[in-house]
Amino acid sequence: MVPQSPTAIIGGGIVGLAVALGLATRGHNVLVLDGSDQDMRATQGNFGLVWLQGKGAGHAPYARWSFQAAQAWAGFADWLSSLTGIDVALCQQGGYEFFTDAREFEGFGQELRQQAAALGEGFSFECLSQGDLSHRLPGIGRAVVGATFCPLDGHVNPLRLHVALRKAGQAEGVRFVGDARVASVRAKAEGFEILRENGETICVSRVVLCAGLGAAHLGPQLGFCAPIRAQQGELLITERVADRLPFLSSTIRQVDEGGLQIGGTKAEAENDVETTEHMVGLAQHAVQVWPRLADIRVLRSWAALRVMTPDGYPIYQRSTDYPGAFLVTCHSGVTLAPLHATRLAEWIDEDPAAPKLEAFDERRFALS
Amino acid sequence: MSFEGAEVLARPGESVAAALLGRDSAATRTTPVSGAGRTPFCMMGVCFDCLVTIDGLPNVQACMVEAREGMVIRRQHGARRIGKGS
Ligand SMILES: Cc1cc2nc3c(=O)[nH]c(=O)nc-3n(C[C@H](O)[C@H](O)[C@H](O)COP(=O)(O)OP(=O)(O)OC[C@H]3O[C@@H](n4cnc5c(N)ncnc54)[C@H](O)[C@@H]3O)c2cc1C
Ligand code: FES
Repeated sequence: MVPQSPTAIIGGGIVGLAVALGLATRGHNVLVLDGSDQDMRATQGNFGLVWLQGKGAGHAPYARWSFQAAQAWAGFADWLSSLTGIDVALCQQGGYEFFTDAREFEGFGQELRQQAAALGEGFSFECLSQGDLSHRLPGIGRAVVGATFCPLDGHVNPLRLHVALRKAGQAEGVRFVGDARVASVRAKAEGFEILRENGETICVSRVVLCAGLGAAHLGPQLGFCAPIRAQQGELLITERVADRLPFLSSTIRQVDEGGLQIGGTKAEAENDVETTEHMVGLAQHAVQVWPRLADIRVLRSWAALRVMTPDGYPIYQRSTDYPGAFLVTCHSGVTLAPLHATRLAEWIDEDPAAPKLEAFDERRFALS
Repeated sequence: MSFEGAEVLARPGESVAAALLGRDSAATRTTPVSGAGRTPFCMMGVCFDCLVTIDGLPNVQACMVEAREGMVIRRQHGARRIGKGS
């Protein structure tokens, strides 16, 4: 039998592991219960961006939260590497959003101005006309009418981030149990009783629900609404190439090992099966942006499911019915990882120095 | 056909990978990350250890290509270049 553990994290994706690391660093005894390999795991299918452009244009608290996360990334990568020896390949030299439609370009420029107004000094971006762009990136496709650029945008190797978070947590004393799907959670007079699908019962004093899409099912048992849905994204992986692409964009990035990841579709679908139509679209987009990619071979493709809230912003919720139960879920878990492992852990601990996170309360959906 | 300038013989219907393995066991490519040598391994299109350049086209899976008269095959060194003529 697993010994009693004060804090259980349900879900071992990048969100759960970051929170686990943060709580363990604060001295807690932390147990992570992760689901099965058949689960939909955004952590294993994502694009690896540490991205600010367009984050929170209409929601200043999210704009600030994402901004702080991007600023914290360099220190966080160093910390992970010192705990684990793993280099997550953070490269934060700025990123582009490329546009082939002038109206969309104009609209996105407005959004960035709004975002800059929310963030004040420290956030800068550029809107580059086609002329500016072809000067800066000779080789850019003629179909690109313009681009925006933000110097704080970057990327990491998302699979290595996942491994590093797990190892870092273990180095700080987190106990990780894989293939440990939770069937139900029940609040008791003192603490919580977790029933695993294999029949085992585990008693803990706190529960943080970080089960990605699995939270929709478990959340209501702890009094949360957990209004999350799947949003499918597809992407292509190419063969490794020796030349470094001279840019990073939200749709085309070159991983540290040389292959390209081309992505960015969004579809309301509950399955993780790719569609030829989307794959063709992605390939065409890549060649429009960088025509020299025309003869690069695609080796693999996949679809993965995003964990989406109705407005796209995170939910950080303390249960009102059952003190000691928390719901943590977000899109952009890569970008936000440095804060999940530090500031969010303070908030879960009700540390007086913790940030105020009411803006991410799930009750916002009931009020609106 | 030829590999690195030396003549390689193949039976009709044989894959380029099979013909290369029949020749000797020297590496037919080096990997982009560690530079280690590789030879064809799975012979069914999944391991990508058999990459070679055929008639100027880089990163071709030798196990998925039928050997033909006159093919010019070269070792694949690391990753290919972007753009033609690499
Ligand atoms: C295509 C795509 C591209 C993306 N690109 C980016 C990007 O560029 N940058 C960025 O910041 N973010 C990106 N994201 C989002 C990011 O991947 C997610 O925010 C993040 O992975 C969510 O992590 P998670 O731990 O909440 O969820 P998950 O990775 O889904 O993990 C949830 C875990 O909970 C477990 N679980 C589920 N149910 C149970 C249960 N009952 N009991 C126990 N365990 C359970 C599962 O097994 C799983 O391991 C992208 C996502 C997708 C799909
Ligand atoms: S030998 Fe495995 S892909 Fe060709």
